[in-house]
Amino acid sequence: MQEYLTTLLGGAEGLALEVGYLLGMLAFGAIVVFGFILPVAGITSWLERRVWARMQSRIGPNRVGPFGFLQWLADGLKNLLKEDVIPTAVDPRLFRIAPYVVVVGFVAAFVAVPFGANLIIADLNIGILYVTAATSLVVVGILIAGWSSNNKWSMLGGIRSATQIVSYEIPAGLGIFPVVLLSGTLSMQGIIEAQGWQPWNWHMFHSPFALAAFLLFFVSALAEGNRTPFDLPEAESELVAGFATEYSGMRMLLFFLAEWGNLYLIGALMATLYMGGWQVPPFTENAVLLGVAQFLSIFLKSCFWVFVAMWIRATLPRVRVDQLMTLCWKYLVPIGLVCVLGTAVTMVVAPEGILGLRFAMFGLVVLVIANFFRRVVFHLRRAKGMGWTIAG
Amino acid sequence: MGVGPSSMENLSLSVLTFYALAGTAVVGAAGVAFSRNIIYSALSLMVSFLGVAGLYVILGADFIAGVQVLLYVGGVLVLTLFAVMLTQGIRDVEVSNRSVGRIPAIVIVSGTAVVMYEAVSKAGWADKALAMDESSTYAVGNALLSDYILPFEVASIVLLAVLVGAVVLTRKEVVAEDESS
Repeated sequence: MQEYLTTLLGGAEGLALEVGYLLGMLAFGAIVVFGFILPVAGITSWLERRVWARMQSRIGPNRVGPFGFLQWLADGLKNLLKEDVIPTAVDPRLFRIAPYVVVVGFVAAFVAVPFGANLIIADLNIGILYVTAATSLVVVGILIAGWSSNNKWSMLGGIRSATQIVSYEIPAGLGIFPVVLLSGTLSMQGIIEAQGWQPWNWHMFHSPFALAAFLLFFVSALAEGNRTPFDLPEAESELVAGFATEYSGMRMLLFFLAEWGNLYLIGALMATLYMGGWQVPPFTENAVLLGVAQFLSIFLKSCFWVFVAMWIRATLPRVRVDQLMTLCWKYLVPIGLVCVLGTAVTMVVAPEGILGLRFAMFGLVVLVIANFFRRVVFHLRRAKGMGWTIAG
Repeated sequence: MGVGPSSMENLSLSVLTFYALAGTAVVGAAGVAFSRNIIYSALSLMVSFLGVAGLYVILGADFIAGVQVLLYVGGVLVLTLFAVMLTQGIRDVEVSNRSVGRIPAIVIVSGTAVVMYEAVSKAGWADKALAMDESSTYAVGNALLSDYILPFEVASIVLLAVLVGAVVLTRKEVVAEDESS
């Protein structure tokens, strides 16, 4: 995007160039926010409800539009039109600001999220560091929301969120380290370019340590995004709605917008860091076709992880606070350190990477997935044989 | 980001950006000092941190800017807020004895001013816009692991000691009840 803007503003100089640059970047940002992030977050909300319903043998929203697809628009409109209630006992200024801080933190991260080889708002030199830094604003927003609501449930939710996010930033960072070691850069495009389009050339199959770091990063990212099984900050059964208890209408929806959009962000990070990002086989010379293929490549990989997160939410129970901390400090952090060290050692022993090891890791994952589907088919057959009906 | 061949004219956008960011940092710092409510102070601190991070970006120190936001906003500030929210009497802090504050404050502020003046007058200021194309990450990494390896290692040992100390302090003493019963 930056190169494109530079050519577009080729004739301009001095102040005109800088203002043009600023306006151009703002325009790109607006396109990404309104044309991509908001629809994706909205559609995710609909999809999530449909997917859970399916997994829990229910029907889910199916009234608005085909398969209830327009439900997210209806919900958004409804919440926009609702009264913006500010309870009297809250701290009104902070109460109003909090949702915006959350949304700014989450939207700002998309500046460095790639959508294709040339489709990225700004390929920052510090790409992945920037994304982690920007998302750390979210926790400040949640804390403000929790405190300013003047409500013990909100307060507890905010505090839980703070402890959780601060703790899980460490394993998440350790899960990113191996990738940075392997690519030798923090730039998102640089990380993707260091991988190939073939699955065994992805960073996740580099060594057993990289594979472990990949899973470690996913778990930590779920915890940082306040997703089940780590959704303690808004645990409905304990804290009413956690930090969002006092919020209503669009302000409440903004929190959930950030949560759903954050799912795509997690997916995009997983795809970028470990799954080759937008890499596609060079099948055509046509730049537009190639661009579309690249976008689909990273989009579908991201959507896969969005689906896995929904799947986890539909099936796993919530962990307790002490279990949350035990998992982080006693398991994930040591595993993360071993992953970083192991990746470094592997790189020193074999700077070119070991192709056999890559194939072995790839084969292992394929075997696990194949076995999973075998079990699913087995159980479906057994259930049918015993006369149970599978809700469809 | 990365403004191309920018001419450092009097009214270029980078200069305006600099004043905007410096203003943000100063206003934030003033908010920290003058606010009567500790939560507002802590949040003004966030504004100040973000302004300083922006200044780092203008200086071409993108890595430091990222770390500034990640560690100070995401870590230090959150822990500060966390601690502040668990304390009593957040609004209108009552300082019980105001008389002792004056003279030590003057001493500390004037001492800091002298140090800062020295630092500012001795710093080698760049007289033209810095190129943003090259990442400062490599330079920082190489410097940390070659010239500054000793401070780096000492810092990591200090951090380890802090971690172990925190564990020791917060650990409950395990009373051997099973043996007596």
